[in-house]
Amino acid sequence: MATTKELKMTVRLFLKAYRWRENNPIPWTPLTKPLSECRVALVSSAGFVPPGQAKFDESVRGGDSSFRIVPKDTKPGDLADSHRSESFDHTAMEADPDLAFPLTRIMELEAEGFIGQVAPRHLSYMGSITAPGNLMRESAPAGAAILVEDQVDLVLLVPV
Amino acid sequence: MCNQTVGLIAAELESKGIPTVTLQLLRSIAEAVKPPRGLWVPFAHGYPLHKPGEPELQKNVMRRALEMAADPALEAGVLEDYRPME
Repeated sequence: MATTKELKMTVRLFLKAYRWRENNPIPWTPLTKPLSECRVALVSSAGFVPPGQAKFDESVRGGDSSFRIVPKDTKPGDLADSHRSESFDHTAMEADPDLAFPLTRIMELEAEGFIGQVAPRHLSYMGSITAPGNLMRESAPAGAAILVEDQVDLVLLVPV
Repeated sequence: MCNQTVGLIAAELESKGIPTVTLQLLRSIAEAVKPPRGLWVPFAHGYPLHKPGEPELQKNVMRRALEMAADPALEAGVLEDYRPME
């Protein structure tokens, strides 16, 4: 189980004073079709970068809120970890990227008929964003526009 | 921070008409940020889908999460607990 007790003291003190951004009101869209007919996309904040794309920039104050598009045919083993946080164990997700960006698994759920189809594009963010203003104003809407364009019915979001 | 980041992105997606389910590793942050549909998983940071190299365990989490979206009884801000089956 994840707890803040496993984090460094400096991180724990930061989190204790941090003002979390609350979704208020909470937007809500009901699902209108069976899962077996849904086009599903993944959004992960594990900081994975597909081949040929720039790493997330560790020097951005408040956190790099940009995102990378991950095409569905990307091999998970080709994803490079560029999450800046030292507050979690990276070894497992580097050994098995599906642990945090489950492209193989979502393809399997499609093959099983559990979902209708895997979306053509998925999104990778680097979740260590302490100042989420730009995320909320620009990069989250830009990412959402891509998934709207792809007529995605449902999104699974995965933090690390 | 990752928990907040995905919770905020989920809200943006829902506001644009796409239903979401958001995994959450820290219950306290989930309760503060309030993702539209949250599934709290009792795993360590860096292990959101339970264990590496265990496809069925990973898919169990995903199936449970996706099933939340198909439950018409749930309301905005719902936060459920995932109980792993082993």
